[in-house]
Amino acid sequence: MAERKIRVLIAKPGLDGHDRGAKVIARALRDAGMEVIYTGLRQTPEMVAEAALQEDVDVVGLSILSGAHMALTPRILELMRANGQQDVPLFLGGIVPDEDVAALKAMGVAAVFGPGTSTETVIEAVKRVARKSEP
Amino acid sequence: MFDPSPILSGHRLALARLLTQVENQTPLAAEALAALFAHAGRAHLIGITGAPGTGKSSLVNELTKTLRQAGETVAIVAVDPSSPFSGGAILGDRIRMKDLAGDSGVFIRSMASRGALGGLARATAEVVQVLDAAGFQRILIETVGAGQSEVDVARTAHTTLVVEAPGLGDEVQGIKAGILEIADVLVLNKADRPGAEQTLRALRASLDIGRSATSAEAQAWWPPIVQTVATDGQGLAELLEQINAHRAFLHRSGQLETRQRETLRRDLELRLRESLFQRWLSENPNGQLDHMTDKLLARTLNPQAAIQHLLEGGK
Repeated sequence: MAERKIRVLIAKPGLDGHDRGAKVIARALRDAGMEVIYTGLRQTPEMVAEAALQEDVDVVGLSILSGAHMALTPRILELMRANGQQDVPLFLGGIVPDEDVAALKAMGVAAVFGPGTSTETVIEAVKRVARKSEP
Repeated sequence: MFDPSPILSGHRLALARLLTQVENQTPLAAEALAALFAHAGRAHLIGITGAPGTGKSSLVNELTKTLRQAGETVAIVAVDPSSPFSGGAILGDRIRMKDLAGDSGVFIRSMASRGALGGLARATAEVVQVLDAAGFQRILIETVGAGQSEVDVARTAHTTLVVEAPGLGDEVQGIKAGILEIADVLVLNKADRPGAEQTLRALRASLDIGRSATSAEAQAWWPPIVQTVATDGQGLAELLEQINAHRAFLHRSGQLETRQRETLRRDLELRLRESLFQRWLSENPNGQLDHMTDKLLARTLNPQAAIQHLLEGGK
């Protein structure tokens, strides 16, 4: 049997054009031995869910610095649920006010990472939740 | 027991999950591949290779749109190299394929080479097989032309496109050796850039030289050069015409069957070798290979004699 790799989707939904953070995380995850599907900018929720599905990722990571997270995140979670991927953990990184975190967790977001989060923290979190079991 | 019906009926999550199993070479994957084998063999497999910066992903995006307009279903396998240091990879080909989002007649899967010595992982051919069985009419296999991967793609695909672009030095150095053996269609992408004329001349010159040195049989299909500007959609209609012409040629000349026979035979021999070795390992005491190696190191035995001993079950 070949070695298993953790596959992570890093997506930038919405109109936010700041992708340095997403790229830093993508590179860090690659350097930690993971396969990162990076979608680039201006993804619709439908595109994010479609990529998560076709690529059968273990974790979905959203990078949102535009403040639109309360609109985009539930939509993406809903689409993933409709596709049968409700058990795929979703992480949110970017600019997220503390008062929104509880609501996001209640929606089903597994973790929220604000500015200044170390790449080590993200790598450990991904490793912890990534689906490694065989169906 | 593996049930092939979700795959055959186009269930996307089942398909995506099975592709993961295939990449990980699990026992379930082996069972699934066996069950699906009879359903594969109908898709037209198109390889797209070329140096980084030639615009392959944009070309794949446009070619897929063109195929979709013609009513065909398309699967795309985009292979990127894994880091030899960390074993990880960034798979970014989807970035160029945004136009294809939301189209249920398209399926895009990104794969890392996973250390397959610069070539395509065996898993790539098996991923293609599953997509074939799932009913996609055309399967595009995109890979960076480096090392072994070009040859691997050309072996897996029926029609191989080699993508060039101006300004990458080819007009000075001439065409990389071996391209003529691999390319069924040469694509000069970014044909609107400065240097396109020189690159085109260099390509034509190399093809002419190669042609005179080639048998009449091999000349039955000589790779045409198609100029494209993928980001604008220019040249795509002509490209599809040439791809279809090549497919027709393969059928007409019997070469499709010849190539499929070669691929299946090569794969069969590889599997036989692996299975025989595994069987030998299970039938022979542990440590025999170590023991032989010790003798080789001490030069008290040579490799040829060592193999004789091992095969005869001796010591």
